[in-house]
Amino acid sequence: MTTTLPTPHATDHLDVLESHALFILREVVAECERPVLLFSGGKDSAVLLHLAAKAFAPQQLPFPVLHIDTGQNFDEVLQFRDRAVEAANAKLIVARVQDTIDQGKVADPGHLGSRNRLQTVTLLDAITENRFDAAFGGARRDEDKARAKERILSFRDAFGQWDPRQQRPELWQLYQGKVNPGESVRAFPLSDWTELDVWQYIGREKMDLPSIYYAHERDVVQRDGMWLAVGEFVEPTPKETVTRKLVRFRTVGDANCTGAVLSSAATIEAIIDEVAVANVSERGATRGDDKFSETAMEDRKREGYF
Amino acid sequence: MELATKDLLRLATIGSVDDGKSTLIGRLLVDTRQLFDDQLDAVAAASEKRGIGDLDLSFVTDGLRAEREQGITIDVAYRYATTPTRKFIIADCPGHVRYTRNMATGASTADLALVVVDVASGLKEQTHRHLCIAALLGVRSIIVAVNKMDTAAWSELAFQRVVDQIETLSGELGFSSTVAIPVSALLGDNVATSSTNTPWYDGPSVLEALEQSEAGSWETAQGARLPIQWVLRQPGGGRTYAGMVSGEAFHVGDRVTLLPANIETTIRAINFGGESRLEATVGLAADLDLADETDAGRGDLIATEPLPRVTKEFEATICWFGEKPLSMNGQRLRLKHTTKSTPVRVQAITGVIDIESLTIDKADSLATNDIGLATLQTADALVVDDYREDRVTGSFVLIDEVTNATVAAGMVGHALFL
Repeated sequence: MTTTLPTPHATDHLDVLESHALFILREVVAECERPVLLFSGGKDSAVLLHLAAKAFAPQQLPFPVLHIDTGQNFDEVLQFRDRAVEAANAKLIVARVQDTIDQGKVADPGHLGSRNRLQTVTLLDAITENRFDAAFGGARRDEDKARAKERILSFRDAFGQWDPRQQRPELWQLYQGKVNPGESVRAFPLSDWTELDVWQYIGREKMDLPSIYYAHERDVVQRDGMWLAVGEFVEPTPKETVTRKLVRFRTVGDANCTGAVLSSAATIEAIIDEVAVANVSERGATRGDDKFSETAMEDRKREGYF
Repeated sequence: MELATKDLLRLATIGSVDDGKSTLIGRLLVDTRQLFDDQLDAVAAASEKRGIGDLDLSFVTDGLRAEREQGITIDVAYRYATTPTRKFIIADCPGHVRYTRNMATGASTADLALVVVDVASGLKEQTHRHLCIAALLGVRSIIVAVNKMDTAAWSELAFQRVVDQIETLSGELGFSSTVAIPVSALLGDNVATSSTNTPWYDGPSVLEALEQSEAGSWETAQGARLPIQWVLRQPGGGRTYAGMVSGEAFHVGDRVTLLPANIETTIRAINFGGESRLEATVGLAADLDLADETDAGRGDLIATEPLPRVTKEFEATICWFGEKPLSMNGQRLRLKHTTKSTPVRVQAITGVIDIESLTIDKADSLATNDIGLATLQTADALVVDDYREDRVTGSFVLIDEVTNATVAAGMVGHALFL
């Protein structure tokens, strides 16, 4: 199957999604005192940063970019982070999970242990310290059944908690971000985008991304049904066999819980074709952090996760 | 080819609790292969864990722990589906009366309502309420899935009884298009494919009806509108005014009026994301450069003829969601309309809608989930159209000043059917 990229600026679903996202970005910036954009270096936050630049062009971004650094990153993603932040001429704040561990606020899971859940503490501390009252995130409703329930502007109490039973009504496009001191909102401009929409948009806008999204050869081991990249944070056990495979990453999280998929898709067109016929969801295929329980995402969001 | 441009249809499921809305959406998504294997496996595992059979289709959208425990939908779930020419955004709304505010959330952005009615019980009070709210919110077409036909021996008579009820109500509420379909969401009849159990029915399946219905939001507006969200400083000292276009398109060279200041000027340039355009179409998050110097800012509105009204007092239709009743005892409320917020006072409550008869009864307060009519007075002047003319400049929310909770959905003017 061959694919051609869509012509820009036709009135199609991507235009509708794009303008909606720009509208949300501007509303939150206008209504909140101290917004921040959460940036992981993944494709969704890359699209979010791209949209933010469009929403306020030709001005500079009227908010900083916050990276919650677990210390277990892929190098290519950190390089992309710095490239993207520089291209957007944005101010970068890095909050480190390692600092949270060093301060004794959370137990150290060890060099190879998962820091996924610990990020929430680092995130909430960064929000409190910087007195942010709104945080943009690249989360999409098609990612997970708990995310599917969340408002575009998601109210969080003074402890950063999401209460799915007490969400504010969100009528029309009248986004309501008013909070009392200590409370905050998370704003998700990509709520109605699907994985395929994101890739089509990246193609249309010819966006830069971390190279690991495209097919490349890598040493991997199979663990818990996922292909993990052998490296600093994934050490093969004696029972595991290291093989070299042609892979790419469908999502980007911590190096020790993000699985690669076997793929030869080395171009944006090939990725779009692959995503369009995928029969496993992106989080199901690649994320160990969602496999703990039936309501893993809901539980983490209640605690204040992204 | 997955890259062909698609149009976008937003739909909301409405109807009473337990009539099968979530099951119908689950069935539709499963039968049109919109679910990934792992998502389907997870639904199966969760069903088995709770001892409710192989596959509880409602679990496709009922994703919260409490929803699965109680077997009801608490809040809207958004799901997405695509066909070769169309992207669907599906808001699966709760049916329970207690969560009417969440149903209104889902329906406020919908182009179309998928109404689910249990064939055995017919239209319930909550179905009436939902249809009434959907009509007020400007949903123009409905598809009615008369559900659980398998429990009524696929009886045409039973189906027709519900269709008669719906048609009467639909006429009164002014829906422009109504399709009724006999379905079994549980078994899949007439959902994604036509059923052999209903040989007396030769209309479309739910999927066909969704594909055939008109996409795009309802627009009866005359005149272009751009509520200013944000002022962008341009290099060299100029300013442009950013916002989303509603009503009609703006063009370079259009004569426009800045409201409420009532200053006439011309559009010198139109930008989108830093690039220049000749036209700003409806729904575009554009920024406009005006020929004359103004001190316009957030909350002001740029419009073409016929101009909206500038007012501090107006009649409105209100869906009240507050826990305490809305009355005239001086509750501290704020009103958000387009990009403007202002203190507001309820001057008079002029009636409450009887959901069953659609008549207006006298009232001096509105209880939770009541729909009523009121006269509002705002501290600052608003630039409004009637809701039936423009969904953007005609809508507002009321906010509790103390808790910041959104306590009402409001529409300027009276609904068409009143």
